[in-house]
Amino acid sequence: MSFEETRIKTLWDIPKEEHFVGGHSLCAGCTASTIVRHLLKVAGRNTIVVNATGCVEVSTTSFPYTAWRVPWLHVAFENAGAVASGVESAIKAMKAKGMIPFEKEINVIALAGDGGSFDIGFQALSGLMERGHKVMFVIYDNEAYMNTGIQRSGATPFGAWTTTTPVTRRIRGEWRTKKDMFDIAIAHGLDYVATANPAYPVDMDVKFQKGLNTDGPSLVHVIMPCTTGWRFEPRYGITIAKLATETAVWINMEYDRGNFSVTVPVRKRKHVREYLKLQGRYSHLSDLEIELIQQQIDRKVEEINRRAGKEVIGPLEA
Amino acid sequence: MTAVIERRKEMKALSTNKAVAEAVKDSDVDVVAAYPITPQTTVVERIAELIGEGQLEAEIIHVESEHSALSAVIGASAVGARVFTATASQGLALMHEVLHITSGLRLPVVMSVAMRSLSAPISIFNDHSDVMNQRDSGWIMIFASTAQEAYDSIIQAYRIAENPEVLLPVMVTYDGYLMSHTIEPVEVLGKYVSEEYIPKKQTWNVLDPDKPITMGTITSPDYYYEFKYSQAVALEGSLPHIIKADEDFRKLYGRGYGVVDSYRLEDAEIAVLATSSYYINLKYAVDEVRKRGIKAGAIKLRVYRPFPREQLYSMIKGLSALGVIDRSVSFGMTPSGPIALDIMSSYRYRDAPPVQSFIAGLGQRRMLIEDFVKIFEILEKRAATNSISEKSIFYGVKGVEL
Repeated sequence: MSFEETRIKTLWDIPKEEHFVGGHSLCAGCTASTIVRHLLKVAGRNTIVVNATGCVEVSTTSFPYTAWRVPWLHVAFENAGAVASGVESAIKAMKAKGMIPFEKEINVIALAGDGGSFDIGFQALSGLMERGHKVMFVIYDNEAYMNTGIQRSGATPFGAWTTTTPVTRRIRGEWRTKKDMFDIAIAHGLDYVATANPAYPVDMDVKFQKGLNTDGPSLVHVIMPCTTGWRFEPRYGITIAKLATETAVWINMEYDRGNFSVTVPVRKRKHVREYLKLQGRYSHLSDLEIELIQQQIDRKVEEINRRAGKEVIGPLEA
Repeated sequence: MTAVIERRKEMKALSTNKAVAEAVKDSDVDVVAAYPITPQTTVVERIAELIGEGQLEAEIIHVESEHSALSAVIGASAVGARVFTATASQGLALMHEVLHITSGLRLPVVMSVAMRSLSAPISIFNDHSDVMNQRDSGWIMIFASTAQEAYDSIIQAYRIAENPEVLLPVMVTYDGYLMSHTIEPVEVLGKYVSEEYIPKKQTWNVLDPDKPITMGTITSPDYYYEFKYSQAVALEGSLPHIIKADEDFRKLYGRGYGVVDSYRLEDAEIAVLATSSYYINLKYAVDEVRKRGIKAGAIKLRVYRPFPREQLYSMIKGLSALGVIDRSVSFGMTPSGPIALDIMSSYRYRDAPPVQSFIAGLGQRRMLIEDFVKIFEILEKRAATNSISEKSIFYGVKGVEL
């Protein structure tokens, strides 16, 4: 199908068909299922998904059951980028040889958590991006190794508690800052890179569409509040996701062939405290530490506004 | 049978690496992924040229590691493509995790390995340490002794791997440098073999949006065991199909190798078993020691996994002693040679000759025909004096008395 004809503008434009279905064992309140469900609605049935090891993989394919109505392949933790490269190359070769009808459009999506993309999967992801395979790489980022029980990853933000950055006398949560995948992907020469948030589904779905329409590799990095690892009540998942954008902890932005834009502008920012206070992983933070995080965000906002050439993220609410 | 296809056989002077590349071309492979590693590199260089020249229509993926090379061909095979990769040494070790996944997913991947030693210390030269480390990964393992055999074995490998009764990955191995970089006459068959002997047919489960399947799931203790059991049964059961593939090949092209081979074994009292290129020199050594009155024979193990238990037993049962040359060490085990261990454990309930394990040629320590002659002499003396040792003889180590 041609995505241009069905550009998503409102919630009503989101396809009704479900290709990611119930019966899986993701946690109550897990926002990964929201992300994947939307991803497949946008991609449609002519899609092959390559999944890195992680929460989504282990929770949706418990043999003999599956939550996937599209062809799905899991090989290992660190190689989704490589496996997807093979899938895409095979489709190309087989089309050239008439083994697959030439006109048949098949989306190839690599799906990985932050471990399978930021850390162990980084090399294969880099290889995929650099070689120019027409694959959309989607990161669902819950900011730690939640599948193995909340250990820090390269995506864990400053101040967050995890089991390997515990809150103790000498360590008070993660003391380093999150790796910047957005700019890393741009540096690989990609035409389309975006960050998205399931609390803004239309924005997220449009980005999935644009990524799939890119003639080459694309990357969509999605924030994914995790009820288990972030320590919040299941009903707050989307609320927290929304607060991430409202506080500018998470900025929904896009890089489209050289053009940078913030797709969800924020007129007035909420204080980061609003975002932090709902999550158990930040419950140890002192006022001083919260202010430090706020300062980090302020600096980031300044930089983003400079990059956008106008004030897309406003000042803190009084 | 279909109409007779005109066979355009052609003699070429090829190193084993180049012969493998020719076989990949003649097998009409769709996707190749590989990372450079010595002494494998010229395989992929030649394949890239063949693709560049338009002699092979395939996608080549310039992956960023061997781990990704095997991962990429898994992805391609899962969609239904015929795939190939090649590696050696550390590269094969880096693939180790993915080797198990390939066989677990039952994908007909074919790989060549130009066998090489493992670090540390680093050595780019030949032995079998890399391959022997992979013997429990569920792959079919074929050792080729000549460039011709490597060419033929790659083509046979697709026939075996894609056989719906088998559906297992196949690795075709040969000696790094000793074979990978030495030139021999090779008769190539041309691309018609891909229509005649290995026609393209998707015999395995593939990822097709019209018939979606989930591949590589997680399993609970309720199911995992059955998967592994069926894999064990499949590998064990692949042997007749390997033999059949070789017989069919012989019928069509006049060349076959069997799963084990022997030389002057009919009246032999002692024999030495070796793999890959060592078998060739071993045969010369047999002629040499027979001049000295020793009734010697040589045995070649061509298929290592599945282990050709019965075929090998019928060869060795009448011998008074069997020497086995291994080119890798099973550290901490007595004897230290993996093939010797396999043979001893295979026939422990049968009347079989005593096995003297030899380790030789690690890191490509030079082994000349006269060294193989010496091995025969040691074996003959030990058999005569009933002093076959449980321990491996590390032949050719400096400063160690035999």
